[in-house]
Amino acid sequence: MLIRRPPDISPSEITPRSVYVRRREFLSGAVGAGLATALGARIEAAPLQSARSTLSTDETPTSFKDATSYNNFYEFGPSKSDPATYAHSLTTTPWTVAIDGLVAKPANYRLEDLMRPFALEERMYRMRCVEGWSMVIPWVGFPLSDVLKRAEPLGGAKYVAFESLVRPEEMPGQRGLFQLLDWPYVEGLRLDEAMHPLTILAVGFYGETLPDQNGAPLRLVVPWKYGFKGIKSIVRISLVEKQPATSWNRQSPREYGFYSNVNPTVDHPRWSQATERRIGEGGLFAKRRATLMFNGYAEEVAGLYSAMNLRKFF
Amino acid sequence: MTALDKPFGAIAPRRRFPKLAVYVVGFAPAAWTIYLGLSDRLGPEPVRTLEQHLGLWALRFLLASLAVTPLRQIVGLDVLRHRRALGLLAFYYAMLHLLAYVGLDHRFDWRVVWTDIFRRPYVTVGMASFAILVPLAATSNNAMIRLLGGKTWSRLHRLVYFAVIAAALHFVLIVKSWPPEPLIYAGVAAVLLGYRLARRLSGDRTARNMAPMSRASEHRA
Repeated sequence: MLIRRPPDISPSEITPRSVYVRRREFLSGAVGAGLATALGARIEAAPLQSARSTLSTDETPTSFKDATSYNNFYEFGPSKSDPATYAHSLTTTPWTVAIDGLVAKPANYRLEDLMRPFALEERMYRMRCVEGWSMVIPWVGFPLSDVLKRAEPLGGAKYVAFESLVRPEEMPGQRGLFQLLDWPYVEGLRLDEAMHPLTILAVGFYGETLPDQNGAPLRLVVPWKYGFKGIKSIVRISLVEKQPATSWNRQSPREYGFYSNVNPTVDHPRWSQATERRIGEGGLFAKRRATLMFNGYAEEVAGLYSAMNLRKFF
Repeated sequence: MTALDKPFGAIAPRRRFPKLAVYVVGFAPAAWTIYLGLSDRLGPEPVRTLEQHLGLWALRFLLASLAVTPLRQIVGLDVLRHRRALGLLAFYYAMLHLLAYVGLDHRFDWRVVWTDIFRRPYVTVGMASFAILVPLAATSNNAMIRLLGGKTWSRLHRLVYFAVIAAALHFVLIVKSWPPEPLIYAGVAAVLLGYRLARRLSGDRTARNMAPMSRASEHRA
């Protein structure tokens, strides 16, 4: 049974970062006029306190600008600039997440309630896109396993299914004649993958709440899998018995597998996965990097797949 | 009066757009993109962006060169004298696109490039398209038209139909799912080729024989 108590500080009381950083201007009255609408409309990026996790890489993080302007989020359109252009229309407060299926304690959580029991951690992770580029992102979040344990999975639960928001009025990619994927966007993990300490639910990055184009307010991060496994703007997490459908697999089963582990030896049917481009590294004359098995997390996760043919279960 | 009824070059020479200007305007996107690339303003993935811009312009010029005949026959707009420039621009852009892919993207790692050509259909068809453009570009001058003779020359240059099919397919094959942009280009290519096929099937011998011949004869003049 979920006991609801009011949050210590409700999100609406937090001063938006954009206002906070311009507090002198605000005091001098320069932005006074625009403020009323800004406050009324939406909670903007708010600073998040978190402790640096030892699971972090010490690689140089991608610039905030690149991480927030070069995104795949097909709900807002197919171009990588579409999310940054259109995602501001997304309303992320209030936000409710259902945790259901084969659990002893199913519940609908307000996002604040879902987060409250957990200490936020900063996880600096490599992120490898199936298209052949990569970033290093300082996520802020908490282990998915904590959330699942709280819901108490039943014996029959073997997989975790995730579902993203469907809201065509705010998501232009969900409107119109040509829609590239079936909505909602769905993803899934095997239960042991979901329970792995590297798997997190992120609510922020770069020390602040997630920008809308990066999957606000809650997204999945599984650093050893291709980026599209990291479902954004999650509204439902279900524990299920059978392997759930996943969006890209449904779109093209021979190209995108359920597992989609980063693997330089298993190419995409149309392009190589042996190398990658690190975003923001060296301009026109940058050298490609060799892609690492499990995106460099082999030591931590290879054991999950020890008996599996990774070419077959790609 | 339609263009077909007119003698070639019916527009007064003094008002003609100079051929050189087509090249100057045509190379502007390349110059601009390369300039942006060198000054690190091509976004988070500059190599890919540069490749894509160059490839896209190659496809655009290829389609433009194929639009010359239908424009003349349907609208009566005669830009035949610029078709060679459009075709050559397509070739130059394709060459720059290939150079960016081999040189910048793969740093002349021929093993990787070779594997790509044989293993990745999108590269295979892209290379096929370029391979077709090479002899066409090499014969896009008056001397070669004289050497080959108009008939052989125009038959050779019909290979451009295969080049544009391969180029459009190359674009469709590199994207995830079915975003509209490559499909729009493929659609334009289909219309331009479909128009020719329709003329041929409807038995219009004028379209079949006149257009390429006229071009050869103009260059000879």
